[in-house]
Amino acid sequence: MKVVLQNVTKKFPNRNKRIKEEVIAVNKFNVEIPDGKLIGLLGPSGCGKSTALNLLSGLLKPTEGRIFFGEDDVTNLPAENRGVGLVFQNYALYPHLTVLQNIMFPLQNFKGDKKLTKEVMKEKAYEAAKLVQIDTLMDRKPSELSGGQQQRVAIARALVKMPRILLLDEPLSNLDARLRLQTREEIRRIQRETKITTIFVTHDQEEAMSISDLIIVMKDGSIHQIGAPQEVYDNPVDGFVAKFLGTPPINMFRGRVEAGKLWIGDEAVLSVTGAPEGPVAAGIRPEGFVLDEKGPLSCKLAEIEVMGRDVTVVSTHEESENVEIRSIISAENKVDLAAEKVRFSLKPNKVLLFDVTTDARIYFNAN
Amino acid sequence: MENNNKKGWLYLIPAILFLGVFMVYPLIDVLIYSVEEGFNFASGESFGVGFYNYSYVLHDTYFLQAVKNTFILVLITVPVSTGLALLISAGLASITKLKELFQTVYFLPYVTNTLAVGLVFMILFKKTPYSDGMINVLIQAFGGSTVDFLDGTYAAKMFVLCAYTVWVVLPFKVLILTSALASVKQDYYNAAKVDGTSKARIFFRITLPMISPTVFYLVITGFIGAFKAYSDAVALFGTDLNAAGMNTMVGYIYDMLYGDSGGYPSFASAAAIVLFSIILTITCINLLVSKKHVHY
Repeated sequence: MKVVLQNVTKKFPNRNKRIKEEVIAVNKFNVEIPDGKLIGLLGPSGCGKSTALNLLSGLLKPTEGRIFFGEDDVTNLPAENRGVGLVFQNYALYPHLTVLQNIMFPLQNFKGDKKLTKEVMKEKAYEAAKLVQIDTLMDRKPSELSGGQQQRVAIARALVKMPRILLLDEPLSNLDARLRLQTREEIRRIQRETKITTIFVTHDQEEAMSISDLIIVMKDGSIHQIGAPQEVYDNPVDGFVAKFLGTPPINMFRGRVEAGKLWIGDEAVLSVTGAPEGPVAAGIRPEGFVLDEKGPLSCKLAEIEVMGRDVTVVSTHEESENVEIRSIISAENKVDLAAEKVRFSLKPNKVLLFDVTTDARIYFNAN
Repeated sequence: MENNNKKGWLYLIPAILFLGVFMVYPLIDVLIYSVEEGFNFASGESFGVGFYNYSYVLHDTYFLQAVKNTFILVLITVPVSTGLALLISAGLASITKLKELFQTVYFLPYVTNTLAVGLVFMILFKKTPYSDGMINVLIQAFGGSTVDFLDGTYAAKMFVLCAYTVWVVLPFKVLILTSALASVKQDYYNAAKVDGTSKARIFFRITLPMISPTVFYLVITGFIGAFKAYSDAVALFGTDLNAAGMNTMVGYIYDMLYGDSGGYPSFASAAAIVLFSIILTITCINLLVSKKHVHY
């Protein structure tokens, strides 16, 4: 099911009643989500991503704008008639019901022609349970399950009625690191198998990048960028997106453009034809550094972190906005720890320039 | 370990002492009184040991009337008051405007004196040479004939007693249930809503099981409280409850100890033991039933 949001805005009255001004949680959302994809809604906490999800589920009504599922305008349709599956951050499994009863619960709500017999309901519940691999735990109560198993039950319960779209609110935040990796693969597999348009909310960029077909990066209620994860990573539209994506994060420098060159401190590090003269914020991805004795950028060496496959060189620079600069280089390079300075040359496509005041991306030609 | 054990007992001594003197000893004493035949308070002597006291009590028409009254009172007021309290607290939970006002209104009876409330009920129901009482005025306005609620038929009197009891116990139950309802997480309701669950189904399949421990607590304490009812009947029908035919079991025990027919501690003790065993049985049944329907 294709999902379209047109100019969707959600305002809440201010908690402090004396302040008349409303809080804008979601600001003029315009998105077209293609059918059958896995979409990651990504942003720092408090940016309105859960509100956006609740607008899609129908638990909240937008203040302005329209929401379409396929060709249907569902803006004024209450949650119960939208046919969405929702997985809550804390799962919200009914503690007094068994796994089977929990999964069957949505089916028992069908009325009229859609009403199912007990056998069919059970069959469908088992089908959904098999999909998430919990069909051996059907007689247990939620309290007797581990966090990961509870998560699967919650997904099965959301899937069993074959929703038009599946919504997941921070699906991995309550799991430990190992389970998180495993479950995110699982979510990807389930989405591929069911082909249900799935939207999940997360503040963890790694999580969103790793499994999404498309990520939507938002901040303060507004969408900053929509695109395939690699595309967004390589070509962020502004400084916020660039800084939000990637681990280790992008290294930001205070730089300036003079005579077609990018200057950091008193070193001209890259030729940036086409960029306007003046101060810029220069971002360099950790993988954009190349160890080079004659390289133009010199940094003070702090330490080396050996990761096996590659090495992280931790260094500092006076013009760096980050406390330390992290650059990832292949382990084949030998770095002399005794040396005080380390010199890098830069990969042009890993250097991103941003306007100092508007944070907007400045495009340049590296040659 | 040994030392710790001694310390433990030392800490328990004050509680054990008080409970022993004021609960266990009287309980045993009542049991002894109840089997001593012809006990005389003044001389402190009895003829012997046996079950005559029980036999007397169980054959006393006043006692049988009291048992009947008590059982009717229990079986009507506990379900009605619990059900009404559920309805009211669910209603309170779903409104936003004037919620605090209504909560206060529903809680007012709890802080009002029982006898004062009894007086109000008298004014509502009592027929005097000057007035038929407010309820009768209402009945007449709707074209019915007047009923003598406080001195009339048994059913009319029982109706007033039940209505009064329900009204008195309702506020506490509403208060407890309101807080229980508030503790059910909104996520459960949202999950049910997204799945298209009807309001009735949400209430019976989610809300009720979630607050079942609280409901169970109210039912148990409701049963015990109703079995021990006495002051409500006095407030409505005066102290001579046997004459009014509205005595309760506790009322009977009190009358046997101090009332007009007073001075029979053995009979009172036997009646108290009968009441005790009834409450014990009912509570055990409650506990058994709860195993299946209460979710902790």
